[in-house]
Amino acid sequence: MSAISYREALRLALDEALEKDERVFLMGEDVGRYGGTYAVSKGLLEKYGSERVRDTPLSELGFVGAGIGAALGGMRPIVEVMTVNFSLLALDQIVNTAALLRHMSGGQFSVPLVVRMATGAGRQLAAQHSHSLEGWYAHIPGIRIVAPATVEDARGMLGAALADPDPVLVFEYPALFETKGEASGGKVDIASSKVRREGSRVTLVTYGGCLPKAMQAAEQVDGEVIDLRVLRPLDMAPVVGSLKKTRRAVVVDEGWRSGGLAAEVMARIMEQAFYELDAPVARVCSEEVPVPYAKHLEEAALPQTEKIVAAAQGLFA
Amino acid sequence: MKVPPPPSGKVELPVALSLALLADMLRIRRMEEKCAELYGEGKIRGFLHLYIGEEAVAAGAMRALAPEDNIVATYREHGHALLRGVSMDRIMAEMYGKREGCSGGRGGSMHLFDAAARFYGGNAIVGGGLPLAAGLALAAKLKKESRITACFFGEGAVAEGAFHESMNLAQLWRLPVAYFCENNLYAMGTALERSESQTDLCAKAASYGMATLKADGMDVAAVHKTAQRAREHVATKGPVFVEFQTYRFRAHSMFDPELYRDKGEVEAWKERGPLHTFSARLKAQGDLTEGRFLELDRAAQAEVDKAVAFAEAGTREPAEDLAKDVTTPS
Ligand SMILES: Cc1ncc(C[n+]2csc(CCOP(=O)(O)OP(=O)(O)O)c2C)c(N)n1
Repeated sequence: MSAISYREALRLALDEALEKDERVFLMGEDVGRYGGTYAVSKGLLEKYGSERVRDTPLSELGFVGAGIGAALGGMRPIVEVMTVNFSLLALDQIVNTAALLRHMSGGQFSVPLVVRMATGAGRQLAAQHSHSLEGWYAHIPGIRIVAPATVEDARGMLGAALADPDPVLVFEYPALFETKGEASGGKVDIASSKVRREGSRVTLVTYGGCLPKAMQAAEQVDGEVIDLRVLRPLDMAPVVGSLKKTRRAVVVDEGWRSGGLAAEVMARIMEQAFYELDAPVARVCSEEVPVPYAKHLEEAALPQTEKIVAAAQGLFA
Repeated sequence: MKVPPPPSGKVELPVALSLALLADMLRIRRMEEKCAELYGEGKIRGFLHLYIGEEAVAAGAMRALAPEDNIVATYREHGHALLRGVSMDRIMAEMYGKREGCSGGRGGSMHLFDAAARFYGGNAIVGGGLPLAAGLALAAKLKKESRITACFFGEGAVAEGAFHESMNLAQLWRLPVAYFCENNLYAMGTALERSESQTDLCAKAASYGMATLKADGMDVAAVHKTAQRAREHVATKGPVFVEFQTYRFRAHSMFDPELYRDKGEVEAWKERGPLHTFSARLKAQGDLTEGRFLELDRAAQAEVDKAVAFAEAGTREPAEDLAKDVTTPS
């Protein structure tokens, strides 16, 4: 098996999904003619045609809502909203319709919709194009939130998301697009978090674009790295299991600190593993500022390997 | 799509104004050519959206506005900022991420701001500036100020709810706002006719009862006259929507492989280029000599060189100041 890029894995997953199930179609801004904003859907228009690889106008609320309707109507839409920044224009349809329909209708209507979007900072795109709002979405009951951080997950999570009878939001990380790895093409689950590196002194809990930073930090602090993978519903079992060994944890999250996903993970550690702890749980999040353009300021605003190492070492002070 | 013939005929403007408009366009062109080069060198990063080919719109429109007017623009706003009076030095420093930049290095190419020039920014969310412009106009109306608000945006925005909601609000409340739509035919790779059931953009605004105008956005004289009429209408009657038909010669941003349009189309539009067609017309009617043109060009080039030197010499904001200005200090 040869290594492929994260980007290629995402493309393969889309290709397979379109190939396998006639109900599947992809729609979004510039997914067709342009070749995909990040070239993820490149070549798919030529292969599947404009009915199934459908370019949309700049109407995020409209086409995400249409995706919900198409899902209700028996199709299996994959809607791409380019980036999480623009998903804010579709927030109403995601939160007020997709997430609520099953429960609000007394269990009559499920919404088998997949929404994909790129997320995260780190490329000097400035405040409006650098949001990390996965944690926000993870606040909402009724939707599943997945965050592929490995090539294997980039390849496998889409299929699992399509098999889910309920809405799934897939967050993709441009910061990882060039990373190489192996993708078996086998099934992956979208229910569990996973240990990515074993270690004994401290548990580093993270997801998405921060995984490589946590892995690097782990080298320096004998850390055990847990990739959450699924941000809603959270699977805390591997975290709790790891804490029995390490007794210390740092949560690493590119979202802002206040009210963020890291806070939720910390609260659950408190609820489920309080007596395992030898030190307060620490977190490394983005500074609470809009992400600035200037490189050195952007770097200062985001979680970095050195900050993770420092936080981990701080637990032994 | 059929490309219309290049702008032609007599330029019915005072010579001094014609030359000023030409100089304006040259300043944008030379500045942005340099930006592209600097991007290649890694001096400018992030997204960079060039306005090359579309200069006549900002040039013709800006000179029709009054100093007290408000401007709202998009991420493709280097030219608008420059002609509004934000110095090239500060624009270039901003793209370098330097403290001396017009947004302190925090905004970059897509977020040029300048309070003194009443330049309310580069907004990088498509359609994001339109409601803001309505609100600025509302404030001016409530305060009985004579200023109008001019909002520049691409045709891609007409598909957004924000466009329709803003048109309605502006017309319903008779707000002093001019919506200047820069129709360059493509929103990234999506051609207008593949994304709109109604491709007549004026018809959309007119459906809200708004007055509309249309002009050849490659003809700076036509843009200027139309923008003057637009401002007059806004100042005396109410909001207006103007479609400027233009074309972007370069890629959407520095990442665009341009798979969606053929080279022939781009070349055909270049025949309509706002700079060379306007200079040719001025020369034909004896308003411009090659010597004068070269003088203007050299002046623009010198301004660019100076701006680059200014940006290079700029300083970095210390990281300790990161949290400054998230909210207003008390
Ligand atoms: C709400 C939103 N959706 C998508 C994008 C990504 N995007 C940036 S520019 C652009 C094309 C906009 O085209 P248009 O409005 O015609 O302006 P132009 O770039 O041609 O000047 C797109 C899709 C965005 N910035 N904001």
